[in-house]
Amino acid sequence: MSKSHNFRDIAVISVASHQTKILSQVNEVQLMADLISRSRNSAGLKQEEIGFTCSGSSDFLAGQAFSFVHTLDAVGAVPPISESHVEMDGAFALYEAWVKLQIGEVDTALVYSYGKPSAGSVIDVLATQLDPYYVSPLWPDCFSLAGLQARSLLDKGSISLERMSEVAMRSQKNAFDNPNGVRSSEDISLDDLMSEPAIADPLRKSDLSEIADGGCAVILAADNKADSLCDRPAWIKGIDHRIDSHTLGARDLTRSPSASLAAEKAGRNSDRLDIAEIHGITSAQELILEKEFALEDETKINPSGGALASDTVMASGLIRIAEVASRIISGQVDRGLAHATSGPCLQQNLVCIMEGK
Amino acid sequence: MMSAELTAVLGVGQTKYSTTRGDVSIAGLCREAAYRALEDACLDFKEIDAVVIGKAPDFFEGVMMPELYLAEALGAVGKPILRVHTAGSVGGSTALVAASLIQSRVHEKVLTIGFEKQSESNATWALSLPQPFSVSINAGAGGYFSPIIRQYMKRSGAPELIGCMVAFKDRQHALKNPYAHLHQSELTFEEVVDSPMLWNPIRYSETCPSSDGACAMVLGNEKSGDQAENPVAWVHGTAMRSESNNFPGRDEVNPLASRECAADVFKQAGITDPLKEIDAVEIYVPFSWYEPMWLESLGFAELDQGWKMVEDGTTSLEGGQLPVNCSGGVLSSNPIGASGMIRFAEAALQVRGMAGDHQVDGAKKSFGHAYGGGAQYFAMWVVGSEKP
Amino acid sequence: MTESHPSPSPLSKKVEIPESIREVEPVRSIRSPVKLVYDFVPSPPVQEYLRSYSKKRILGHRSPIDGAVFVPPRGVDPRHGVLIDEVVELPDRGHVGNFCVTHLPIPGRDDLDTPYVSAWIHLDGANVGFLGLVAGCDNDEVHIGMRVQAVWKKEEELGNTAENILFWKPTGEPSIPPDEAGNRAWDHDK
Repeated sequence: MSKSHNFRDIAVISVASHQTKILSQVNEVQLMADLISRSRNSAGLKQEEIGFTCSGSSDFLAGQAFSFVHTLDAVGAVPPISESHVEMDGAFALYEAWVKLQIGEVDTALVYSYGKPSAGSVIDVLATQLDPYYVSPLWPDCFSLAGLQARSLLDKGSISLERMSEVAMRSQKNAFDNPNGVRSSEDISLDDLMSEPAIADPLRKSDLSEIADGGCAVILAADNKADSLCDRPAWIKGIDHRIDSHTLGARDLTRSPSASLAAEKAGRNSDRLDIAEIHGITSAQELILEKEFALEDETKINPSGGALASDTVMASGLIRIAEVASRIISGQVDRGLAHATSGPCLQQNLVCIMEGK
Repeated sequence: MMSAELTAVLGVGQTKYSTTRGDVSIAGLCREAAYRALEDACLDFKEIDAVVIGKAPDFFEGVMMPELYLAEALGAVGKPILRVHTAGSVGGSTALVAASLIQSRVHEKVLTIGFEKQSESNATWALSLPQPFSVSINAGAGGYFSPIIRQYMKRSGAPELIGCMVAFKDRQHALKNPYAHLHQSELTFEEVVDSPMLWNPIRYSETCPSSDGACAMVLGNEKSGDQAENPVAWVHGTAMRSESNNFPGRDEVNPLASRECAADVFKQAGITDPLKEIDAVEIYVPFSWYEPMWLESLGFAELDQGWKMVEDGTTSLEGGQLPVNCSGGVLSSNPIGASGMIRFAEAALQVRGMAGDHQVDGAKKSFGHAYGGGAQYFAMWVVGSEKP
Repeated sequence: MTESHPSPSPLSKKVEIPESIREVEPVRSIRSPVKLVYDFVPSPPVQEYLRSYSKKRILGHRSPIDGAVFVPPRGVDPRHGVLIDEVVELPDRGHVGNFCVTHLPIPGRDDLDTPYVSAWIHLDGANVGFLGLVAGCDNDEVHIGMRVQAVWKKEEELGNTAENILFWKPTGEPSIPPDEAGNRAWDHDK
């Protein structure tokens, strides 16, 4: 976001999401038809009244070229709609919609994304997003790469195995109250977690995100429109995204400069954050992000359990935004930070800061 | 109510389109187009605020979300990068997302790229992934579009060889475009007519090739447009529309999404009679018959009359009133993810007076168009030599 | 024509190859095979459809909005994005809404001799087309509006797949007028 210009006030006014280990009773199109209808209904909008629609998903994850074309049926694009799609997490689709609303020609937007990683082997699928000449042919899986990252952090002494397990415990306990929390526990102990065998050493099972099927739909509205449709909109105070180098060997894996920069550009300042929903695929990544976002004790981190508890590839980032927004809309909290990541080892990051008025 | 920031095309860069660009990697291909666009805009990677990249299905190269791997090659490290995918219309949609970053005043200068390197993988494999629970008898895009073309022929009463005339015209146009994939200087009209029937009524010579290639543009705000050293193209209107693929009463020949998208973009550009007011047109024609079909749908011709503009030479660069696809079009170069952006970029080159041998003299306003899916995704823009 | 091809690369800086490897044959390409396995699970409506289809019964979905019938069932009315759960049974007869004569083989379908006719079959009582092959007559005889009926596989070859109908053959009944065939049959004011 450039500082030289006053941006239009845009808010999240309604959200609907669903996550489960394996989606079996409905297909993605049916799931999204339900979530999109729910998000529109709670905003009191019909599709014809929505100015722009944007979605995020991946053909590789779906195992099908042009997979998003089918999901358009869930929107009901008759009469035709003004619409776009990013081959990215839905959080980036929300960014595109935010940009579209900034132009000032439309006042409302529908954003959605979904993923059904249970159809394939997600760690193999994600290996195809690495450098196709030098890295991908070696088939390193995403958790092993994240293991390298965790090892760098441990070697540097900036985290400990115990801190990682504390994060894993926080996730499982917070997820217990979340109907979308796939891996949750009311009473798991640090000892339980520390005694798990390593899977991608030093990462244990609970340090790795629990892959889940699901989707999310979000309605955005601008200015007075948001006020008229929602008692307490979650106003987007800042949103920005940045990318780092893809070359893992050229990066300090203990840092995520793009996460830090995106937070700065989104206006992460000393103002109190009640909550932060951060998107890491490992406990160690959450610890990196806590540092990059300068999160203090006053901020409750991942009250939903975060992506560690239910990681719907291509939707986990948008779900983070929805988790923060829904707590602001319901009046539970005043101000929160939501984060989405993409690529290996926190390569690409988006930060969205929201508050009630 | 605030208004959109004026947006200008500051630079255009294209690679030579060909079956296999074995001399460059995916990154090298994209960089070639990006460098040329930056050179044309007299800018450096450092001066770019954000990058928007588009391509068709990732299966074409076998690389998932390749923008991640391309971050450095595109000079995007430390910057925002977005990746668009809207089926065949993606090159156009990508340009429009980039334009929206300027129109919204979020950024001042944006680099946008569309690419496809089909030779890196097996496109037939990519498009024939076995789909469970459905029958596999619709051989590719030709199998999908041929019934629609058949319906158009029946509806309009167009003579059978109109499609061949379009194909021949576009291949002639391509001879004037050094970047075009197909340079068939010896090709005769009879050879087009005699080429094998693939999906009746579509002949081999009425289809597009499969190409490697990239196209890039640098877009900027009003200030950067005013300061540019080379002529710029000003954006007068932008529109995207989508509709579902298969529903009762759908007009597949002339989809409502196409008509509404065109009406929107022309309204924004203040155009009431496109045929009179537009000087050059780049429309997405992967199968020859789509030229007359889109001319009707877009409002350049009356319903069922578009084929007459082909027959009487209206759409030819050689003295036609409305030259269509002076670059040779998709029928002469088809790096899928870039094909839409090439249409948009060629439209910009025309009003900048920089289209070289395929320039339409004195073009002031031009139209760029892309479509995708089952003719259900549309992206369009109108650009002009003067500010709107 | 003018042979004014743009140079392949604008990056004019010369790449200096070290003396020691100057004689080594350059790598022109690398082969890196990608194999990904996906298990697709049919949702309950699709399961029901496939099970019935294996018994030569064709099921469709009726929209709660205006009664439009979709086949195969998709669980959603794509015009409104609403869920559908009303199942209707359709006859294995209808007309050709539109068609394509394909002269190219399809990867994985060696059993199809070219040229063959693929068509959107509009089953009686359905409001969208259903993809199938048309055979049992000359390809030249196939036309929009032609009445057809299904020719099913032998009993022992039927299964829970989308491929239980071998092809659609002409019934000899009078054709539907082209203006009323296929999607054009839908009454927008209904």
